Amino acid sequence: MSGEAQASGATISELAAPDEVGARDTARSTVLELRDVVKEYAGTPPVRALDGVDLSVRRGEMVGIVGPSGSGKSTLLNLLGLLDRPTEGTIALDGVLVAGLRDRQLSALRGRRIGFIFQTFNLIDGLDGVENVALGLTYAGVRASERRRRATEALDRVGLAHRATHRPSQLSGGERQRVAIARAIVTDPALVLADEPTGNLDTRTGDTIIETLSELHADGSTIVLITHDTAIAQRMPRRVTMRDGRIESDEVVSR
Amino acid sequence: MTALETLEPSRGRGDLPRPSHLRPADVLAVGSVGMRTRRLRTALTALGIAIGIASLVAVMGISSSSHKDLDARLNALGTNRLEVQAGQSFTPGGTPALDNNALAMIRRIGPVEAASGITTVSATVLRNNFVNPSETGGISIDSTDQFFAQATGATMASGQFLNAANVNYPAIVLGATSASRLGIRSVNQHARVYVSGHFFAVVGILKPIPLFPNLDTAAFIGRPVAATLFATSLAPDTAFVVTVPAQLDTVRSVLAATADPAAPGEAAVTRPSDAIAAKQAVDTSLTALLLGLGGVALVVGGIGIANVMVISVLERRTEIGVRRALGATKRHVRLQFLVEAVLLSLLGGILGVVLGVGVTIGYAHVQDIKLSIPALAAAAGLGAAIVVGALAGISPASRAARLAPADAIRPL
Ligand SMILES: Nc1ncnc2c1ncn2[C@@H]1O[C@H](COP(=O)(O)OP(=O)(O)OP(=O)(O)O)[C@@H](O)[C@H]1O
Ligand SMILES: [Mg+2]
Repeated sequence: MSGEAQASGATISELAAPDEVGARDTARSTVLELRDVVKEYAGTPPVRALDGVDLSVRRGEMVGIVGPSGSGKSTLLNLLGLLDRPTEGTIALDGVLVAGLRDRQLSALRGRRIGFIFQTFNLIDGLDGVENVALGLTYAGVRASERRRRATEALDRVGLAHRATHRPSQLSGGERQRVAIARAIVTDPALVLADEPTGNLDTRTGDTIIETLSELHADGSTIVLITHDTAIAQRMPRRVTMRDGRIESDEVVSR
Repeated sequence: MTALETLEPSRGRGDLPRPSHLRPADVLAVGSVGMRTRRLRTALTALGIAIGIASLVAVMGISSSSHKDLDARLNALGTNRLEVQAGQSFTPGGTPALDNNALAMIRRIGPVEAASGITTVSATVLRNNFVNPSETGGISIDSTDQFFAQATGATMASGQFLNAANVNYPAIVLGATSASRLGIRSVNQHARVYVSGHFFAVVGILKPIPLFPNLDTAAFIGRPVAATLFATSLAPDTAFVVTVPAQLDTVRSVLAATADPAAPGEAAVTRPSDAIAAKQAVDTSLTALLLGLGGVALVVGGIGIANVMVISVLERRTEIGVRRALGATKRHVRLQFLVEAVLLSLLGGILGVVLGVGVTIGYAHVQDIKLSIPALAAAAGLGAAIVVGALAGISPASRAARLAPADAIRPL
């Protein structure tokens, strides 16, 4: 298919000048790169949910995105997760420019390089814990036995091995969210995205979820999460604050 | 870092992951999750299809069983029998008749195995001479010869048919209906009947003759005795002919002219088994009607599936979004809902085939006819279910596939 050959992803290393060795290394460690990203939703009048956002996330970072309601946090996260395309600007994930990619290729990138955690957990009712986690590998064509093995491992990492065969309806909110985290990390993604993962949980349970995510971060995962909770925001090593579709501040908290 | 904007995108795809892939074994699992979690809905939806398929399979099974039964019955009765009736016009002397020598000439045709004839006798039969002669009970009297039973396929319920000797004497054989109307069950009663002034001994009682049901209400006496006592003509007005099966058409083509050379176009030659087959064929319009109703039920069942699938897609919007986030392509989502619709319909189809076969078995048992379940009908039932499911699933599945991932996961 000629269309496929054209719809290609350029890598950041290819884009960098060949003699700039240092730049190359920097590019390698960049998981996510947004340049001048604008997202406009059609309507009368059109809503400019993102208005020129530059953001780069490096491997191993943990970034908290905060900001008032309607400031464009979820819109931004959808773009980071390749669930949506920007109206203007460029996005590169793990070295691949996503602008020219077809839906099939975006699906593959989402499935293999990104893990998603949602505020409402979004587990599938008809499947038990292991099966829900294994779903993260189903569309990667992994064999069923291998899926189970890796899913059990992932559940173990989030401390839920003993609830592996329970259905979502038999689990507490915190347990459900931990199954969802296991599902997000089972593919060993380059990037984990979470949109208010504690939004449906009480503070204490929310804290344990943040702890789990922090442990994953300590083990090397790259995590971007949206939060409304100021206490949680305070604990983020890097905090991006949004307002009216723009990044108002981007501070790295050194410890 | 402005390099990103200024440089042409390279054609290289070194860092693109392998495309998403759903193993064939997983297609079924993914396509059946929805059914497994909504069992009542699944059962009720499948039931609609089941009723449609069941009626189609049952109608085809019953129709096929009836045909097989009819074929067997006709073969047993013999499809190599012909009947010749004298023409209705050119009857100067009154009743229509074939040639005086019709039977002798017919027997001379090579492939004719047997031939006999009857002539209407103007006489009435009564149980005895005290009964009012106007109460004839609708029994007609025919004169015939000793070949009658062979030529018509008639068999005896009791006694013997007329033979070469008693055709000259007042002996009578009763058709099945005639015998019961006269209240005579067996020749052992040594019964006599009163035929227009003469007592006749009942020497035989016939069983019903399936190919010639109008003969069941007749009674038969010898041609010579009829001529003597009632001045009945020796010319038959109806002839019955048995042919070598393979030569039926040859015999048929010459029969009218042979039976009535004086008016070769007048005599009517018919094959009685055709009449039975034709009578049965009337039922095909009923079969068509039932098939039509089954088809309507199937369409309604299909609409039910489409309806349930539309609801399912709406309800599972978030699931679709999650699957897309986990790497499912549009094609995978479409496949999931298409497979679900087909599985739902196939479940109904299997249930329908089982039901339809059951109804056919029950019908064949109650009607006491040969059972025939056409494998084709069962296969067609399942095939129809798959087609209906696929058709019903196309639109909802496409809707599901078209959902933008970001819209799908957005909380409502
Ligand atoms: N699909 C859409 N169509 C039209 N407008 C949209 C759509 N999605 C979001 N918006 C608008 O874009 C703006 C940003 O929305 P977004 O969901 O990104 O905000 P948010 O920062 O996540 O808010 P919250 O904290 O309440 O979740 C809002 O004004 C919203 O109304
Ligand atoms: Mg939001």
